[in-house]
Amino acid sequence: MAFEDQLREFMKSTLGDALIREDNFREQLSFYIKPEAIFDLCQTFVEDSSLDIRFLKDITSVDWYGHEDEMADGRFEVVYNFYSLKHKSRFFVKCRLPEDNPEIVSLTPLFNAANWLEREVWDLMGITFTGHPDLTKILTADDLEGHPLRRDFPLTWEQPKFSWNMDDPPEVIK
Amino acid sequence: MSLEEKTLHINMGPQHPSTHGVLRVELDVDGETVVRAKPIIGYLHTGIEKTMESKLYYKAIPCTDRMDYLAPMSNNLGFCLSVEKLMDIEVPEKVKWARVCLTELTRLNSHLVWIGTHALDMGAMSMLLYAFRERESIIDIYEACSGQRMMSTYFRIGGLAQDLPPDFDKKVRAILADIPSKLDDYETLLTNNEIWINRTKNVAVISADDAINWGLTGPMLRGSGVNHDLRKDNPYSGYENFDFDVPLGKNGDAYDRYLIRLEEMRQSLRIIRQCLDGMPEGPYRAHVPGVVLPPKDDVLHKMESMIFHFKIITEGFNAPKGAAYVGVESPKGEIGFYIQGDGTNKPVRVRVRPPSFVNLAVLPALTEGRLFSDVVCAIGSIDIVLGEVDR
Amino acid sequence: MGLEEKIPDSVILTTLDKMVNWARKRSMWPLGFGLACCAIEMISTFSAHFDLSRFGMEVMRPSPRQADLMIIAGRVSMKMAPVVKTLYEQMPNPKWVISMGACASCGGVFNNYAILQGVDRIIPVDIYVPGCPPRPEQLMDGIIKLHEKLQSESLKDAREEWGRRIG
Repeated sequence: MAFEDQLREFMKSTLGDALIREDNFREQLSFYIKPEAIFDLCQTFVEDSSLDIRFLKDITSVDWYGHEDEMADGRFEVVYNFYSLKHKSRFFVKCRLPEDNPEIVSLTPLFNAANWLEREVWDLMGITFTGHPDLTKILTADDLEGHPLRRDFPLTWEQPKFSWNMDDPPEVIK
Repeated sequence: MSLEEKTLHINMGPQHPSTHGVLRVELDVDGETVVRAKPIIGYLHTGIEKTMESKLYYKAIPCTDRMDYLAPMSNNLGFCLSVEKLMDIEVPEKVKWARVCLTELTRLNSHLVWIGTHALDMGAMSMLLYAFRERESIIDIYEACSGQRMMSTYFRIGGLAQDLPPDFDKKVRAILADIPSKLDDYETLLTNNEIWINRTKNVAVISADDAINWGLTGPMLRGSGVNHDLRKDNPYSGYENFDFDVPLGKNGDAYDRYLIRLEEMRQSLRIIRQCLDGMPEGPYRAHVPGVVLPPKDDVLHKMESMIFHFKIITEGFNAPKGAAYVGVESPKGEIGFYIQGDGTNKPVRVRVRPPSFVNLAVLPALTEGRLFSDVVCAIGSIDIVLGEVDR
Repeated sequence: MGLEEKIPDSVILTTLDKMVNWARKRSMWPLGFGLACCAIEMISTFSAHFDLSRFGMEVMRPSPRQADLMIIAGRVSMKMAPVVKTLYEQMPNPKWVISMGACASCGGVFNNYAILQGVDRIIPVDIYVPGCPPRPEQLMDGIIKLHEKLQSESLKDAREEWGRRIG
């Protein structure tokens, strides 16, 4: 567990107050940090070679809509998944964003991988990444309004209804 | 287009035979040189993540098959391992070994389709027919295990859907005896083929540092010489018990990736052989009442098991509040499932880390400044599956 | 036996409908167009093990303008739906459509915002092949059913129907 202690020290010294708390659910390290600190943190990741964290594996987001206790911290959670090739270890950095106008700095200047991943988060969850060169729709159809992965977005508009009444079949409800 | 304009705007796809599905690429070409390439995806966006969030944990498994439909077992494995981590379930040894055996067969399956379609794109029609012939024998094993040819949904949370079929060992050994010579045949057809070398060598090159910065995984990353394979680095499902090598490339071009995938198929055969030789006896599901489905035999004969079965199917189980992530080395790269539970029987968020999606993002970097005909080679060598890119 | 006796051996009597349908049946060219999982099973059907060329239709045409059978192999997303419709409209008459798999026929397991709940909402479908994905044998059966259907078509009815479809 040497790497994990090293990482904890590193996060504490780099972030200071910006580190809100850390979490070790099922031996999986996550750091909750303030969203303003993410870019500087990643810059130190890229520059600092002792930890060798150059691998941004994934960016994703969680919507806590409908969970009152969690909504207090902010509705959206952006999850960064980092990997250290040298230490063969993975950890997560999480930021909470408020419900209205969720915004966070884009990591595209540091990681090329962030480009499409951030576009996807924006398209599906509606979190704006400031400084992203091309924040446009990537997956959903052009005429779709809204962000489908938000929990207040309906899964479907059409509920098929079944009936044994062959003479007067029910219409598809729209 | 006016005469002054130098570049020509070409639209490739979404219906194009060599985009492996419904990928669309917008290309600006200056003569034969690609000036700008812009992949446009989403033509197969299925909303799988949202659908999985609306289902019980068990009922989300079939959705995973339909993402990377060339490697269904790898997806099943990733999802099941993530939920098992979330629920803190330890599975029996036999399950681990059977899962490894089947995911390695899946790797063979996926790479066979890849080699067939990639060679077809490069103009070698017969490879497709050969590769699909070999694929049928693997599909037969899927069918024997689960009753379905492609969308097997064979893994369950905490075990397998049912016990391995009685003639599993015999059938897989027949493949082990058959495929190595077929792989040699492919090598004679392609490896030293001058056309193949001309089309793939020094095409779609990416350096090791760039590959890491783009977040590439799988053969795309190893082709550039970065030794990163989750089976070795963060072993899951008992991969630490097996002896195998991770092939690495030097130049990071399409030819190296081809050689790597061929070698990976051979290594997969090696793992499968070790699996069969050492397959332990035991139950095919973990015994965790209320979470893992009891074996079907017990359900039919024991009252308690039947109640648990009924409860799990109708209500599911409540997962603790927390997030679990497990990445597995699928044929395309790292496929990972980030599952956020909230104490209820449905997940708040199921995120799939899609290897093809991340790998495809690099396409402009691979093709810009290169010849137009290299675009097809680059798309092929990335090995994308649109079902998983778009989800 | 009446008229038949008067006709030499080398002459066969048939109706125009039968002859045209026979010719169409034996030279049906599918559009090489796959969407999702079912496309892989479609390729399996066309390749060596199942060998669809037994039915005279192994020639996959990449261009819709040379094809007369469209196999919708896989789920059709909202973003893809206009493309599918354009492709269908680009195909010359006569043309047929097989909806392969549960997703293309009715949305399958994906009853959600992104998937078109059945391709028959945008283009007319002749044969539905169930399954997720259908086995190659099932697809072949669907194709044979389409051949049977074709055999019973008459030029007059077909002309009227195309008129309706275009109109």
